[in-house]
Amino acid sequence: MSRIHVVPSLLHSLAGAFVHALAGALACALAGALGASSAGAQARPFGVGRVARPAEVRARDISVAPDGTGLPRGRGSVAEGRVLYRRQCAMCHGDQGIPSGPQAAAQYPVLVGGFGTLTTPSPVQTVGSFWPYATTVWDYIHRAMPYQRPGTLRANEVYALTAYLLYLNHIVPRTAELSETTLPSIRMPNRDGFVSDPRPDVGVP
Amino acid sequence: MTNTISRRDFLGRSSIGLAGVAATPTRLLLPAPELGAPRRAYGERSPFEKSARYFVPGATPGTGASRTPLQDLHGIITPSSLHFERHHAGVPAIDPAHHELLVHGLVERPLIFTMADLRRLPVISRIHFIECAGNTALDQLDRPGPTPQMSHGLLSCSEWTGVALRDVLREAGLGAAASWIVAEGADASRLARSIPLAKALDDVIVAFGQNGEALRPEQGYPLRLVVPGWEGNVNVKWLSRLHVVDQPYMTRDEAAFYTDLMPDGKARKFTFVMEAKSVITTPAGGQQLDGPGFYEIGGLAWSGRGAITRVEVSTDAGATWRDAELSSLVLPRAVTRFRLPWRWDGGEVSLQSRCTDDTGYRQPTREQILAVRGVNATDHYNGIKSWYVHRDGSVRHV
Repeated sequence: MSRIHVVPSLLHSLAGAFVHALAGALACALAGALGASSAGAQARPFGVGRVARPAEVRARDISVAPDGTGLPRGRGSVAEGRVLYRRQCAMCHGDQGIPSGPQAAAQYPVLVGGFGTLTTPSPVQTVGSFWPYATTVWDYIHRAMPYQRPGTLRANEVYALTAYLLYLNHIVPRTAELSETTLPSIRMPNRDGFVSDPRPDVGVP
Repeated sequence: MTNTISRRDFLGRSSIGLAGVAATPTRLLLPAPELGAPRRAYGERSPFEKSARYFVPGATPGTGASRTPLQDLHGIITPSSLHFERHHAGVPAIDPAHHELLVHGLVERPLIFTMADLRRLPVISRIHFIECAGNTALDQLDRPGPTPQMSHGLLSCSEWTGVALRDVLREAGLGAAASWIVAEGADASRLARSIPLAKALDDVIVAFGQNGEALRPEQGYPLRLVVPGWEGNVNVKWLSRLHVVDQPYMTRDEAAFYTDLMPDGKARKFTFVMEAKSVITTPAGGQQLDGPGFYEIGGLAWSGRGAITRVEVSTDAGATWRDAELSSLVLPRAVTRFRLPWRWDGGEVSLQSRCTDDTGYRQPTREQILAVRGVNATDHYNGIKSWYVHRDGSVRHV
């Protein structure tokens, strides 16, 4: 594969646009012959962009999947999370994950409670009552929180804060400590609360 | 009637003024010639034009939405300055000379594209609307927006220019297990959404242009995704990373938000398509009719599934319908204009529009939607909108 994909750039430097276009056409034909989405090696149709180094990918890849793929090694406890939460989160989300007073007036998100409300006219959709995956909590805190300083929390701190939020929602015990192996195994209360989009469900004559 | 009175008042004063100068040469009836303004490097609209986006200041200024004044627009293109906004962590200031797009994951080779790299790929331009999933939620909640801007203003339509996401992905070479991509922005919240590979390979644009110039910062400068017909949130702005994966990653905005809660407590995930919707923008809430007589009913219709094929208008609260003319370009997943000549007899009137797209789908009523989805499903609502013309000529939402 690597032998094929250097060809267009080599030709480009040697013989200009016409040959480059020819190489592109050949590459397209080759990709077509192999099946564009097949597992086989595919030529680069245009030879544009540079190959990213592994370290560059690692530095930018913050994705975390529901099965835990992408979680960095680390650990954090409910007790550690309680301290961090008071310092980093409580000013918006309230002492116990429920904004009150000016925090509530500003409509900062409620993080705790709401159990049993999803079928009522006033559902309270929180981490505990609604979010289907614990990995989503970790991922969102890690990428987007605290609101004013996102991206400043270390992995251990994110595990601790996730543990504390899950504790406040009665999902893990007070003594819990979370890591890259235990977090994905947590079964959230509303894990089975989602269905696929059945639309069009209305409006078909 | 306010407009009528003020117009008469104006004409009256004008008449007196003309009488006072009747003895002077006729040349004075023309405006005094006056040297105009000089050229300028970047144009601005006339100072007489005041149309603006609407938003409510909040505790977190970088988070929230602003609404497009649909009632003020001409044609199908939303001026970039009036395109609705929805941000989750403010508008980042990005120097395009340093902006890169990383494509990695289940690919033959991870690639980094500079903006200059991307411009070397075949360039395409397409006209598409972008609509926030939460547009018209107020109407779903039975607190109908009082103007088109307030009810339907999380909708805009632009000519987007960029390269096909398909070309970008094929340059990296897709692995056999690839089935989704996660698109991520370079905003402070690193907003990320999972998109099925089939859509990514279909019509998604990696866009750097909007209405003939570079994207506006609040629309994702220098690079964004345009995912035609799908809820605004997946049209990731400030695009910096495409992760090719084998499963949806259940980011916050797909696992916990943009999911509509049904009466049984279950929520719908991956509700991507924005279904056919229309709104009358004139006469519409907040406007005033200048007495009985001829008016043109006009408005906008769009569908995330394809092209609008028909718009019907009712002037009797939905009892009877008449076909409106589709008066603009009719393009798939773009805003389409409609119009219908109408004579107002001075009585109380309820105005409604409903549209049909090329899949045969017809815009439903609020009652039909709530009968199936209940009262808690506020996103992706597309019910028929009513405006009420009162005897005094005022047009209101109630």
